[in-house]
Amino acid sequence: MYEHDVIVVGAGGAGLRAAIAAQEEGADVAIVSKLHPVRSHTGAAEGGINAALREGDSWEDHAYDTMKGSDYLGDAPAIETLCQDSPEEVIQLEHWGMAFSRDEDGRVSQRPFGGLSFPRTTYAGAETGHQLLHTMYEQLVKRGVTVYDEWYVSNLAVTDEEDPTERSCHGVVAYDIQSGELSGFRANDGVILATGGPGQVFDHTTNAVSNTGDGVAMAYRAGVPMEDMEFVQFHPTSLPSTGVLISEGVRGEGGILYNAEGERFMFEYGYASNDGELASRDVVARAELSEVNAGRGIEDEYVHLDMRHLGEERIIDRLENILHLAEDFEGVDGLEEPMPVKPGQHYAMGGIETDENGETCISGLYAAGECACASVHGSNRLGGNALPELIVFGKRAGQHAAGKDLGEAEIETGQRGEYELGEVDTPVEPGAVGGPGVEDEATGDDATADGGVATESDAAAVGGDDVLERAVETERERVQELLEKDEGIQHAEIRADVQESMTANVNVFREEAGLKQSLRDVREARERYEDVFVKDPSRTFNTDLIQTIETRNILDLAEAITLGALAREEFRGAHWRAEFQERNDDEWLKHTLLSWNDGTPQLWYRPVILEGEEKEYEPKIRSY
Amino acid sequence: MSTQLPDTESETEAVETEPTESLPPAQRARMEKKAEARAARERREREAAEEEAAAEENTVHLKVFRYDPEVEGKQEPRFDDFHVPFEKGMTVLDALIHARDTFDSSLTFRHSCRQAICGSDAFFINGRQRLGCKTQLSDLEDPVRVEPLPHAEVRKDLVVDMEHFYDQMEAVEPFFQTNELPDGELDEQRQTPENREKVKMSTRCIWCGACMSSCNIAAGDNEYLGPAAINKAYRFAMDEREGEDVKEHRLNVIEQEHGVWRCQTQFSCTEVCPKDIPLTEHIQELKREAVKSNLQFW
Ligand SMILES: Cc1cc2nc3c(=O)[nH]c(=O)nc-3n(C[C@H](O)[C@H](O)[C@H](O)COP(=O)(O)OP(=O)(O)OC[C@H]3O[C@@H](n4cnc5c(N)ncnc54)[C@H](O)[C@@H]3O)c2cc1C
Ligand code: SF4
Ligand code: FES
Repeated sequence: MYEHDVIVVGAGGAGLRAAIAAQEEGADVAIVSKLHPVRSHTGAAEGGINAALREGDSWEDHAYDTMKGSDYLGDAPAIETLCQDSPEEVIQLEHWGMAFSRDEDGRVSQRPFGGLSFPRTTYAGAETGHQLLHTMYEQLVKRGVTVYDEWYVSNLAVTDEEDPTERSCHGVVAYDIQSGELSGFRANDGVILATGGPGQVFDHTTNAVSNTGDGVAMAYRAGVPMEDMEFVQFHPTSLPSTGVLISEGVRGEGGILYNAEGERFMFEYGYASNDGELASRDVVARAELSEVNAGRGIEDEYVHLDMRHLGEERIIDRLENILHLAEDFEGVDGLEEPMPVKPGQHYAMGGIETDENGETCISGLYAAGECACASVHGSNRLGGNALPELIVFGKRAGQHAAGKDLGEAEIETGQRGEYELGEVDTPVEPGAVGGPGVEDEATGDDATADGGVATESDAAAVGGDDVLERAVETERERVQELLEKDEGIQHAEIRADVQESMTANVNVFREEAGLKQSLRDVREARERYEDVFVKDPSRTFNTDLIQTIETRNILDLAEAITLGALAREEFRGAHWRAEFQERNDDEWLKHTLLSWNDGTPQLWYRPVILEGEEKEYEPKIRSY
Repeated sequence: MSTQLPDTESETEAVETEPTESLPPAQRARMEKKAEARAARERREREAAEEEAAAEENTVHLKVFRYDPEVEGKQEPRFDDFHVPFEKGMTVLDALIHARDTFDSSLTFRHSCRQAICGSDAFFINGRQRLGCKTQLSDLEDPVRVEPLPHAEVRKDLVVDMEHFYDQMEAVEPFFQTNELPDGELDEQRQTPENREKVKMSTRCIWCGACMSSCNIAAGDNEYLGPAAINKAYRFAMDEREGEDVKEHRLNVIEQEHGVWRCQTQFSCTEVCPKDIPLTEHIQELKREAVKSNLQFW
């Protein structure tokens, strides 16, 4: 067993920032990550990081743009915190030496980005995430924070009170990918999940292969609600063959979209007559697919993004990385030809429900970064707002876990305060079936939190060590079972089927029939997963085993996304429904929440908080 | 190629790690027997699937290095053949993933971003260090040989131990150091665009280890800092935001016995770097800086 004050799971931007902050508060921190920190997906971020730094800009304007971009589904306390704290945080990165692009006067450069009323996107060429990740990792090395890299976290050690809001988290279970050694990690003060996005739920995504939603699924099974999962961002410009992202920076710098007829459709067909290519991502993604569906796509699949007119000098200066990506992954020379692009899964607006201090409804359990949902992005994230989220909320989670007083949170978590139960008509029963790693109802083990301690025992009397030990035991059995099983279905098959179904049915355009089909497909995948087995018997670097466990998480997330999308009968932000073409503020200014209910998701809602520190945000029609 | 396999003794320990160790002998024997039967069946299945694929028209022939210290029958290093259906635009990484997902799920390699930014899939492909995800199959001669990075210890199949590489990176104090920050909390340190341009290439390193693996000097001198670490030192030494005294300190670090002076300008690192970092040039420039700064003392 290993023991630390604070354990951070994941070493992307959010995890690193959380670790640094907790350490600065005096805590003994360790990071446990399935990838070495510099391999985290934050390194792939290209375009930039928003912060109101300049004369003429203000955090209030940033907050207003963010709320409007969210289509009024963001919570004001979280958005205002993001916008107030990001200038200081971005300057902190600069003070740590980050290689931002520079203006002539030596200050960091800023560029325009979609949906922003001021060019406030600070950047480092088209490799902002790489620079940010490495800068923070350097600080980690400097401080000598302990890192367990290539350790896979597969379960949380959480007590098992009936009411999730009374549970507490005492550590995690992880195993060393190198050796297969399974171990408990005791966290005396808190566990921070920073496990990143769930891109692998879809088969065309800009995300890394490791982005499998592990943290969200683990928190969910431990009793934390998943929030607003139906809001998935599809980025309008990913390369058709691989999903590799072409940064919004290209459009920010003046790149133009053309259909097969050579028309600049954003203007000519009036999708966004004011902002054209720089409209919000949801708007541009829909415009592109509408063109393709109307027969004006190239090879019936994609459109063209042209940056040639920007000139070689400007391209090399600000978008050099894009030239490499287009060349390496699509064989296109961006200086000579337009680049093929289409929408691809990009970002999860939803995730683990947290308050603005990063805390979940389970005490001692935190989440930050893309896996979390403090509700800053609502139904549509503005480009350049995820990176500030990592550092602002990563830091707050780290500080809070280490004991710093950040004041009472305004956002409520868990089923307390004001909420209403929801209902949705599903074609199959979603959720629980038996199988490896799935809480088996048949055994009579009604432990609602995976790996918890039975409810009967007085939780206070049970030490955190016992909770952890039991979680380790549960995990040991699950892994043993997966490895011992001799035949059955391999995860790759199940994973591919779910990814395909999600891309076909729960994409940019959504219809009831398709959503229901996807729920059926996930249900079927769950049943097949009962029969899953790991072929590779080795304990050394068993990627077969890891991916099998990840696939289970993908199932939980796919189901949640679909269920939320089916339930939400309106059109808001990234969530477009064929049957409901209007934003319905009267009924739907509320967050979707899903709780683990012995494995069957329970649906409920909580109102959006539109009241900020000084003003109330008034929902307005989004027009571009 | 000098592929380094760990000595078997330590590996026997790895086999013994819990929880297998804690199993009752009978259960353990059962598991082992199962594993054997499973391995035999898998071999048959794979061969059949392989044959079928090889009969198809447009396939790429992969020869992949295999080694698993733990599994009977895989302890002897060998090459496995995979015939993967070819599609335009396919990379070596795509082919490996296909081989793993359809023929043999125990085939092990690191990968994540599949866009040349995470640095985890540097392999020895047709005799050269390259990123699997950035290498188009159409640019390679058939059959395509994929091996782990030379001069690093192999853990399993294409996975090598990166510890030594990380240690060398950390030896150069790879973090920004400055004594002076601007007064105002929200004031930035100024950096001219020219200076940013000067360090830009050096900041692009993705820690893939290709350069280190290609370097003859590093192969012969285990303590040599190596091109990636020296490049990291360059990244800070040339950054005008760090003061002169820090630069002096940095030059001392890279001037040590196993530092810059070991480099014999063979350019192999520069040739293989997937991020086109002019490594040899950076090392040469640091040598010049070191000489200059030494001169100041006389
Ligand atoms: C291609 C691309 C470009 C982008 N560009 C921008 C941009 O320009 N601006 C912007 O604001 N946003 C951008 N985004 C979004 C933003 O980059 C991401 O939301 C953000 O980087 C996520 O960071 P994170 O720290 O939450 O997670 P990640 O960086 O994904 O890190 C997750 C970490 O968790 C670890 N982990 C996961 N599961 C486990 C487990 N089970 N056990 C142990 N460890 C685990 C991983 O090893 C990893 O270290 C972009 C995203 C993509 C995909
Ligand atoms: S310098 Fe180039 S080859 Fe060496 S580790 Fe960095 S990216 Fe890889
Ligand atoms: S998979 Fe990330 S560099 Fe190739």
